[in-house]
Amino acid sequence: MSDVKYSKEHEWIKLEGDVATIGITKHATEMLGDIVFAELPEKGSNVEKDGTAGVVESTKAASDVYTPVSGEVVDTNQEIVDDPSKINQDPENSAWFFKLKIKDKSEMDSLMNKDDYDKFAKENNT
Amino acid sequence: METKKTSLYQLHQDCNAKFVEFAGYQMPIQYSEGIVEEHKFTRNHSGIFDVSHMGQLFIYGGDELIKDLEKIFPLDLNNLKINHSKYSFLMDKDAGIQDDLIITKINEGFLIILNAACKYNDFKILKELLNEKYKMVLDENRSLIAIQGPKSSQILNDVIDGVKDLNFMSGNWFLFDNQKVYITRSGYTGEDGFEISIPNNFAEKLTRELINKGSKLAGLGARDTLRLEAGLCLYGHDLDKDKTPVEANLKWAISKERISKGDFIGSDIIIKQLNDGVSKIRVGIKPEGRIIAREKTKIFNQSDVHIGEITSGTFGPSVNGPVAMGYVENEFSKKNTKVFLEVRGKKYAANICSLPFYKKSYVKGVN
Repeated sequence: MSDVKYSKEHEWIKLEGDVATIGITKHATEMLGDIVFAELPEKGSNVEKDGTAGVVESTKAASDVYTPVSGEVVDTNQEIVDDPSKINQDPENSAWFFKLKIKDKSEMDSLMNKDDYDKFAKENNT
Repeated sequence: METKKTSLYQLHQDCNAKFVEFAGYQMPIQYSEGIVEEHKFTRNHSGIFDVSHMGQLFIYGGDELIKDLEKIFPLDLNNLKINHSKYSFLMDKDAGIQDDLIITKINEGFLIILNAACKYNDFKILKELLNEKYKMVLDENRSLIAIQGPKSSQILNDVIDGVKDLNFMSGNWFLFDNQKVYITRSGYTGEDGFEISIPNNFAEKLTRELINKGSKLAGLGARDTLRLEAGLCLYGHDLDKDKTPVEANLKWAISKERISKGDFIGSDIIIKQLNDGVSKIRVGIKPEGRIIAREKTKIFNQSDVHIGEITSGTFGPSVNGPVAMGYVENEFSKKNTKVFLEVRGKKYAANICSLPFYKKSYVKGVN
């Protein structure tokens, strides 16, 4: 799991070759509460690092999902659109959001590893 | 102003509540199980809500008070039986709603339950309207605990014998731990349930006993999804000073007897609107997909003309889909009218629907 990185916006990103799988962290789901709606970027669209790439909504409010790296959306997870509660159940595995063919691997450098993220999440409990 | 805490604050903390500031109080928005579970548990079993932030206004008086209150509220208070409750509103002279409330006739006068954010202003308004003729107590020494859901009657009756014989929208005094508690069969969830007015020092003890009997705490988050599914209005969102009871589709709450006399504050506007109709009206709105249209979402007709706005919208856990209510121009208020909701720049199809989204199961005519 050492190849998983984390963003300050509470996304996780797992790189395999030049394809990155992106989702939101368990910490994020705990902050959001019950997720009842998910919107994902369109397949084939291009997203820019730190740009909006989706929306999740809890019973309380809507929150943007950002992409931690730039790239072309090559796949999206329809299962979480059909049943958003899956995001609460397994956020860092089966409930991934989208896959990107990434442009620039160096964009990964500024992201956090697991230990740093856990520390960050603890300190930024909002 | 410092944020206030209710007498259940410690219990909320012990139950891992997430707090939110609401109307100057630290209130639990949810507990560890989350809004959806708390909502479903209330619908299927029994949920306890701390609503101690709400105003409990006691006004003491007799026949003269009844006459004076009838000048304010569009209710037939003279014929209201002792210990019976009515839903009503405090209106300004233009029939704008300053608060919505539940008023109960008690032996000594009236008990009025007010919204937390409005209670101090309501007190001031009522004091002026009543010319300080009557003793009025906005009682902050009492907590208000709601227990809602199909199992609540049995659970509460196990703790306070006799409550199960109350009818919907009626109440009485009972004893808990030798303390006088006033209990009404009412609520804000669309379920059978009770609201208990109890001295602050005994609120936690009662709540713990209810939990021991199988009820569970539920937060303001679940209270909001439950009331919206039940089609009930939230003041400051679905109701405010710019909306009248007729526009809010609440004319059922106005006494026909009183309309014929027309001698209450706002009555000329109410009568005019009842005769001539209104230009905007509150409706239920059901989005077609899963999209959630929240407060302030713009509503468009099929010709892309802006015809209204959502005032409350969320995901309804029992409906298992999005639910909303809002105001639309009267000609688009018919059931099954197709409308479009603008969410994050895109338009989504929705239909005007009747309320509630979830069938109420109030208990009537027990006796």
